[in-house]
Amino acid sequence: MRTLAVGERALLVELDSGEEAEAFHAEVLRRRAAGALPAVQEIVPAARTVLLDGVEEPGRLAAQVGRWRIEPLHARVDPALQIPVRYDGPDLAVVAALWGVEPEEVARIHAGVEYRVAFCGFAPGFGYLTGLPAAYEVPRRSTPRTAVPAGSVALAGRYTGVYPRSSPGGWQLIGTTDMVLWDPAREPAALLSPGTRVRFVPEGGAGGADFDSGVGSGRGPELGSGHGSGRGPELGGGR
Amino acid sequence: MTDRAFAVVRAGALTTVQDLGRLGHAHLGVPRSGALDPYASRLVNRLVGNPGDAAVLETTVNGCAVRPRCAVTVAVGGAPCPVTVDGRPVAWGAAVRVPAGAVLEVGAAVRGLRAYVAFAGGVATDPVLGSRSTDLLSGLGPPPLTDGAVLPLGAPPATRPCYDAPPWPGPPGELVLRVRLGPRDDWFTRAALHTLATRAYRVSPASNRIGLRTEGPPLERAVPGELPSEGMVLGAVQVPPDGRPVVFLADHPTTGGYPVVAVVRERDLAAAAQAVPGTPVRFVVQCAGVP
Repeated sequence: MRTLAVGERALLVELDSGEEAEAFHAEVLRRRAAGALPAVQEIVPAARTVLLDGVEEPGRLAAQVGRWRIEPLHARVDPALQIPVRYDGPDLAVVAALWGVEPEEVARIHAGVEYRVAFCGFAPGFGYLTGLPAAYEVPRRSTPRTAVPAGSVALAGRYTGVYPRSSPGGWQLIGTTDMVLWDPAREPAALLSPGTRVRFVPEGGAGGADFDSGVGSGRGPELGSGHGSGRGPELGGGR
Repeated sequence: MTDRAFAVVRAGALTTVQDLGRLGHAHLGVPRSGALDPYASRLVNRLVGNPGDAAVLETTVNGCAVRPRCAVTVAVGGAPCPVTVDGRPVAWGAAVRVPAGAVLEVGAAVRGLRAYVAFAGGVATDPVLGSRSTDLLSGLGPPPLTDGAVLPLGAPPATRPCYDAPPWPGPPGELVLRVRLGPRDDWFTRAALHTLATRAYRVSPASNRIGLRTEGPPLERAVPGELPSEGMVLGAVQVPPDGRPVVFLADHPTTGGYPVVAVVRERDLAAAAQAVPGTPVRFVVQCAGVP
């Protein structure tokens, strides 16, 4: 673990892996819930870091964080969010070929895993879900689409995700859900927030393959730098 | 629609509703948004008797014109500009009474970029995630003003307007941004850090509410490639592949994959909001622990 000062009021905690970052984020939330964390305005987990922003004394917090004992992530008992999916995406055949399976198998494999929202970004309510075994990592499309429909279920790198609204995007599209994952008028606005557990349920039967996908089991090597990198489907675009 | 509303006569280049932003949702990918010059927005609110976090209009370059349906106290501040009511000049930077049906014209900025218009009672569009701010990155909050649109006003505050004329710092002739290096200064060469601290930059016309883009010598990287996506703060000086520093403003993305060489002190960002394209920019590197 490494702590980096970010300006005068923030701290970036850098971990060695995505799993460690998720475990550290869970520890931050535990401590905040227990009232054992100084006031922090924003807690922003990402691929390998957790940003603590709006902190009065970041130097002091950095020293405390270094002494924390971080428990590995363990599966929680509350039920996972079930997202119904039609596996009808335009990149289904491409993904099947990359995985070396028949297109019908993609649904079984993708729906057989329990995922966890590692972090959000790119757009409000867009969650980066981890849990897919490393063998199923796929590259992003070489040419991003200018418009990906809302509800598209997609893959890139070690992540899967659902486009909360229509936007440009370079992930491989394997399916569609009608579930509204982001609605600012709803409480909560985002169904996917960091730490949420997720299962995709194929519409019209055909259950998933039920891997034992123990969260935080230490499987799943990191993406090498220069490969995928976990950035959003597009970055910092602005309009 | 009740009488407590105003119609947009001239929307201007870009006029948005802004309060002090949508804090606490960055982990969901929601930008903070809010007035780019929060000192100006607080001050115009105080002039009309509003709490500092009431929603105001933020104009860009050429102001806007509105026609309130009710008599209302307003104040225009931020970038200095001519202000008229039904064609008669009225005070800038002070509380002004606008009769029902009269046109409040906020003219083009004489200096600076963004004027702020407060109405007693505040602009009362529906809040989204606790804020009325227009977020141009993710599209949350009310859309930018369009000609003919009608926006509601809140109930006038019990507080009397303040008729004092407060001192206003003028927009800067040179934008001096005090920065603290990091978190990714080690991704740049020593020469690049020297360049950042000593060379002159200019505000690029491609700047917007998301970021202040600069023109000037590129910063050379010591580490190639991209970072795994990480959380971004207000004032982050992000360096995209072209090497020209971008200072993140209120509508910045919550995460990003380009390295952040330094972070600008928050109190210097209001001046950044008023710096017109071409303004010279100087980054002043401060050591950790210097107040």
